[in-house]
Amino acid sequence: MRNPLRRRSPLDLSPGAKVVSYVLLIAWSVVVLFPLYWLAVTSLKLPVDVDRGPFYVPFVDFQPTLDAWENILFDLGNDTLRPYVNTVIIGLTSAVICTALGASAAYALVRFDYRPRVALIILAGITFVGAYAAIIGGVPWPVAVVSAIAVFLLLAQAVGRRFPRALGNGDIAFWLISQRILPPIAVVVPIFVLYQQIGLLDTQLAVILTYIATNLPIVVWLMRDYFAALPIELEEAASVDGASVYRIVRSVVLPISVPGLVATFLITLIFSWNEYLIALILTSADARTMPLLVAAQDATRGPQWWAMSVLVLIMIVPVIVMAIVLERFISRGILIGAVKG
Amino acid sequence: MASSDNSIDLEEPRGAVSEGAARGTSLPRRAFHYVGGWRSDAAARWTFIWPSVILVLFLSIFPLFASLTLAFGRLVFQRGSVEVDFVGLSNFTTLLIGTEQSHILGVAKTPSPFGWLLLIVVVALVARALVRSLRSGRVGVGGAIARVAGALFAVGLAWLVARTMLGEGGRPGALVVTLFYVFAGITVTYFLGLGLAILAVQPLPGRRVFRIVFLLPLTITPIGVGYMFRMMTDTSKGPLEPLFSALGLTGYTWVTDPWAARIAVVIGDAWQWTPFVFIVLLAALEGLDQEVREAAFVDGASKWRTFRHITWPAILPVSVTIILIRMIEGFKIVDMPNILTGGGPGTATQSLTLEAYIDWRSLNLGSSAAIAYILLIMVTVIASAYIAWTRRWVERA
Repeated sequence: MRNPLRRRSPLDLSPGAKVVSYVLLIAWSVVVLFPLYWLAVTSLKLPVDVDRGPFYVPFVDFQPTLDAWENILFDLGNDTLRPYVNTVIIGLTSAVICTALGASAAYALVRFDYRPRVALIILAGITFVGAYAAIIGGVPWPVAVVSAIAVFLLLAQAVGRRFPRALGNGDIAFWLISQRILPPIAVVVPIFVLYQQIGLLDTQLAVILTYIATNLPIVVWLMRDYFAALPIELEEAASVDGASVYRIVRSVVLPISVPGLVATFLITLIFSWNEYLIALILTSADARTMPLLVAAQDATRGPQWWAMSVLVLIMIVPVIVMAIVLERFISRGILIGAVKG
Repeated sequence: MASSDNSIDLEEPRGAVSEGAARGTSLPRRAFHYVGGWRSDAAARWTFIWPSVILVLFLSIFPLFASLTLAFGRLVFQRGSVEVDFVGLSNFTTLLIGTEQSHILGVAKTPSPFGWLLLIVVVALVARALVRSLRSGRVGVGGAIARVAGALFAVGLAWLVARTMLGEGGRPGALVVTLFYVFAGITVTYFLGLGLAILAVQPLPGRRVFRIVFLLPLTITPIGVGYMFRMMTDTSKGPLEPLFSALGLTGYTWVTDPWAARIAVVIGDAWQWTPFVFIVLLAALEGLDQEVREAAFVDGASKWRTFRHITWPAILPVSVTIILIRMIEGFKIVDMPNILTGGGPGTATQSLTLEAYIDWRSLNLGSSAAIAYILLIMVTVIASAYIAWTRRWVERA
């Protein structure tokens, strides 16, 4: 039996500090867990028990019942199962792709220099606006797109050579994060029209694509900091040994950036898992996700607290399982092993 | 430009080409320049970044232009079709100086003494920073214009806060309320998250359980958190009823006190988002080289000095990023005020995004898009200023 208060390393806390730490950790755990406990007991209540004032302990304060659980899981059956499966598929797919794409972009922004020409960006913007105006003005869109691309390519060479002023990596990163500033409410209608045009409404693919694009900036920004903090010497050594960039990333960078990657993946997963507004606009029946179902419990009859509690609880279970499985990777053991090995 | 390796290197001086050219030669962190071997992997330069850029472009440019069109237009329903009429700036003028002004900007009155004090302090600080940066000689014409505009913007915001929030009989509008949510929320969230991350990184038995527990609020869908806090803040049937009645608040409704309602929104928001700061800082702390800290400690450095000189510089870039992300997300706060208080009492807890959402629901898409663009401009200015301001810190650390 280990004594939890004994010090082993100089960085270990003194016994007094340990006691204080535990008190603080437990205090915050109570703040976190109490509302969840309330959800759990609410899910076991009949409407009448919810209405008659706070009852805390099942069997003592009130008679628990599985009515709400039965209703959600069995009576509604497929109406619960389908959104649930959608949420799992959409959440996992978009989180995996988003983390992969975003992490490689972040790595590139940390280790390579990009110098996009200001003049070319302005030119692209002008041709885009021209094409957009032409389409609104009645020109068929393939004609407008093709001619815009042609104009851009023709002018790009000349313009690029004459105005060599360029932006840097920081500007690319800022452009990416600035895509998250506009509230989704402003863009959901255009996005709806966009997917309507290409016939992707109410499909998982539409939601996945949108979530990847909206979460990419966050992945890029978080991973940029993690990559920048990595010791460069390993990569230099591998590069001197003649390894290609892909090889260096796969066998040097990836193993030591696992904590950051896992934390970022979890955050992305949670964001896609819980997103409401975009899902509300892009889906109607087949691709509905769980947050819509939660919101639907506050319809004409007022909030159905018991049903809502059940839905929230079954929604967080897979995320918690993921967090428990992945938590071990957010610790320094792996990092040290990789650097020394 | 040796600082280009840090995380917030954004406002690259736009002035001279030579600076950009010089960057490639003096970057200690860019391995493939240093080694000169990147040429063989030129393809990697592009395959790493283009998928992201194209995807974001594809899904952002078109909606951006379309919603800009909406912001200058009004939906007209006729003969079963919808058209957008161009109405110029009228959406914006209605919001800022027209009938919606009291909702967006608030009701302005003469500032209280405290309001005057705040205004004077802000003006003094902004003027000092502006004079300093302009006299440093490192700022070009464009930079100078941007800085003067930013300074005017900051003074304008302070003026608005002093007159609506701190004025006698004034009433803050959605803009000031949103600012309050963001800054109160970030302060609480960051320090709580940092404290918890430091606690959870200590070599204590059982810390893994705490880590999972601390992550829980983030895993709940924001709508669910909104409803959960509606139960929590229910003073008669909610679980905290004994607490409320001990405080003499039985039968109290939040809808009577604007500030209590706003603080309830901030508490709910902080409860949900503290884990986000927590997990990012935890991963950063876990990425630290423990041996350096141990060595410093063995050499006799105190805990505080070890933190100040080893841990803090290492987590500063991540902290700056996490605050930026929380700021950008926080300005879009909508679910918590919408579900917890319904924007009430009156419009006291409405955020800008909630205003946009309410307009959107009543199919007033033009006004909704105009609010979104007001928000876009404000957040872009604040975020750029924040980045320029924090870059110095990170360089110094």
